[in-house]
Amino acid sequence: MLRFLPALTLFAMLGPVAAGLWGTVLPAFGHLPAAGLTGPSLDPFRTLLDWAGLASASRLSLSTGLIATSVSLAIVILFVAGWSGTRTFRLLERLLSPLLSVPHAAAAFGLAFLIAPSGWIARLVSPTLTGWDRPPDLLILQDPLGLALIAGLVVKEVPFLLLMTIAALGQAQPRRSLMVAQSLGYGRVTGWLKTVFPRVYDQIRLPVYVVLAYSMSVVDVAMILGPSTPPTLSVQIVKWMGDPDLSMRLTGAAAALLQLALVIFALAFWWGGERAIAWLGRIWIETGHRGQKEAPIRVISLGLGSVSSLAVLLGIAGLAVWSVAGFWSFPNSLPDAITLKNWDRHGPAAFQTFGETFIVAGIAVGLALILVLGCLEAEHRSGRPLSRRGIWLLYLPLLVPQTAFLPGLQTLLLNIGADIGRAPVIFAHLVFVLPYVFLSLGDPWRSWDTRNATVAGALGTTPWGVFWRVRLPMLTRPILTATAVGIAVSVGQYLATLIIGGGRVATLTTEAVALASGGDRRAIGVYGLMQTFAALVPFALALTIPTLLWRNRRGMHE
Amino acid sequence: MNKSLSLRNVCILRDGIPLIEVDHEVSAGEVLSVMGPSGVGKSTLLAYITGNLHPVFKGMGEVLLNGNDITGLPPHKREIGILFQDDLLFPHMSVGENLAFGIPRGGSRAERRSKIENALCDVGLDGFSDRDPATLSGGQRARVALVRMLLSDPKALLLDEAFSRLDAELRAHVRELVFRVVKERNLPVLMVTHDLEDAKSAGGPIIELESYTKK
Repeated sequence: MLRFLPALTLFAMLGPVAAGLWGTVLPAFGHLPAAGLTGPSLDPFRTLLDWAGLASASRLSLSTGLIATSVSLAIVILFVAGWSGTRTFRLLERLLSPLLSVPHAAAAFGLAFLIAPSGWIARLVSPTLTGWDRPPDLLILQDPLGLALIAGLVVKEVPFLLLMTIAALGQAQPRRSLMVAQSLGYGRVTGWLKTVFPRVYDQIRLPVYVVLAYSMSVVDVAMILGPSTPPTLSVQIVKWMGDPDLSMRLTGAAAALLQLALVIFALAFWWGGERAIAWLGRIWIETGHRGQKEAPIRVISLGLGSVSSLAVLLGIAGLAVWSVAGFWSFPNSLPDAITLKNWDRHGPAAFQTFGETFIVAGIAVGLALILVLGCLEAEHRSGRPLSRRGIWLLYLPLLVPQTAFLPGLQTLLLNIGADIGRAPVIFAHLVFVLPYVFLSLGDPWRSWDTRNATVAGALGTTPWGVFWRVRLPMLTRPILTATAVGIAVSVGQYLATLIIGGGRVATLTTEAVALASGGDRRAIGVYGLMQTFAALVPFALALTIPTLLWRNRRGMHE
Repeated sequence: MNKSLSLRNVCILRDGIPLIEVDHEVSAGEVLSVMGPSGVGKSTLLAYITGNLHPVFKGMGEVLLNGNDITGLPPHKREIGILFQDDLLFPHMSVGENLAFGIPRGGSRAERRSKIENALCDVGLDGFSDRDPATLSGGQRARVALVRMLLSDPKALLLDEAFSRLDAELRAHVRELVFRVVKERNLPVLMVTHDLEDAKSAGGPIIELESYTKK
């Protein structure tokens, strides 16, 4: 049984992606039997080309993706170069880690509440600095250049890339390299960039690609912060896919293939950029520049890192305040009245949705844990670790834009007459939960001292006995952390729930995003806050449960 | 039937190149010391004997325990105890639970308990059953690891640099204890070490492993 788990895991992860892409290719070339259309034809692409918004939607996809990724990466790298190993670094690391689990949509709403013309920032500086006594008529949110969208992506990707970088640092032994560089007269930042960064980047390359692909094709954040006329390509794809006129699905499918092509192009472009920077970096290293006056870079990187984390934290605070706000006139910094009415009105429904959210997340994460633990145990017993190609396969579902395969998957399910609803949604979530659970659990699982297994075996314990009685209990903490990561991923899924659920499965994320167009800030506050809790509480439990469970076992806390 | 651990024409290869060759019989109560520079594959030899050889290696030859060929048996059926340089007490179990983990199934709860108490008493750790292993000193932990191994009733014992983490004074003490117990139980012992002191105080035959990969 154990031998088949790796294959089963790959199938659970890549099967839906492959099927979904197939389900996209067919209608893109005019084949949609459900609508009485048979292909092949190029009409869907002709309709797509006739769409007036095509050029700007494509440009937006590329620019938001590339800018959000480079800005996030630059903030993280400069911050790590300037501060790693210091107390400030640990402080910000601790501040940023929980932000990783905050769902994208909740962070986007929080940011919107901060930077909107009637948001907290405008309120704090008005009317003293601005003279505004009513919200200014500025297009800050949903600006046509996608700047708000980029900001929303950056504040969420900075914690992700930072944690990935910290994980990579563990293997790169940065301290020794940095000490050598500094003893040769190099500044901290320059020394780090020249000696540590190349090794670290090699480790975080795939996560960076994930950020790029995600930022180019994200739907929920783009619906909240992105431009609307025309919207980004991926938002438009979802609109076409949801159109009552089934023939619009053909256009949507063609656009989905275009989205996929854009992502592949951007990844190739990025790959070329990596080469160019490596080439320039070598020249820079050869010049022997020691890097003087690095203080400004350090200050700026710290400032950007702090602003990025504060934006999410204050955003969540904003959600909380709006959820209990009565009348709140501009430019007051706090509501004129605090009330629980919003919770009375939206709370019951939100809690019900909370339940549905956790049923879906619980089952998806449970399945993911069984598959991942099975794969890791199979790997341990066969002694063959995951190859480099295996790691690429793990990242593949995160690199293919969701809009390119999820609508196709739904079309396929409809065509074969399969029911849409909770079960397919769970399997769609599994596609995204699996890689994150695997990545989160893989390293701690592999760094477990296998001599423990040798000793237990020598004491007469079977391999499964070792698994259940020694390895799992010793790895309680990382297993719970991986569970929390999985739940956060599932809670944050928007498109997989919306499209595969066919509107019949409502989670906190789909409900919250649905509120975006209505603009009821109090309802958004309630749902956004619940969504954040749903993702954060498992992390809090993952921290406290082992502490309580092993309170008399000091060796379990080292 | 003779109580013994024999290695018959054991040869371990990596990528088709032989790393170690051993052909030796360890009789009951005897300690065979296997010496050699680090990296020569001493621990690999022990992994072959316990049945945990990593697949990058290929092992040939037979391991016989009391005349029975155990080469094809899974690790948990071999009845060979092993001690490493680290005590490797399971951190999530109390001292007593660690010992109970090693005792073969069967017997009443009270019997198992008294076995544990007596065994702890024998090494001067009476009343330690409920303690968290992490709160014990290095010497105490080494003794618990020894007791845990003995309670599993092994037919032979392997020592993998078992004393090298202990400081000089403690080291002699623990070493003496281990050798005394194995003599009492009449167990064949195979010890790998890079320390001549260990080998001398074992008082048994010494074999030197040589590196095949000399340039």
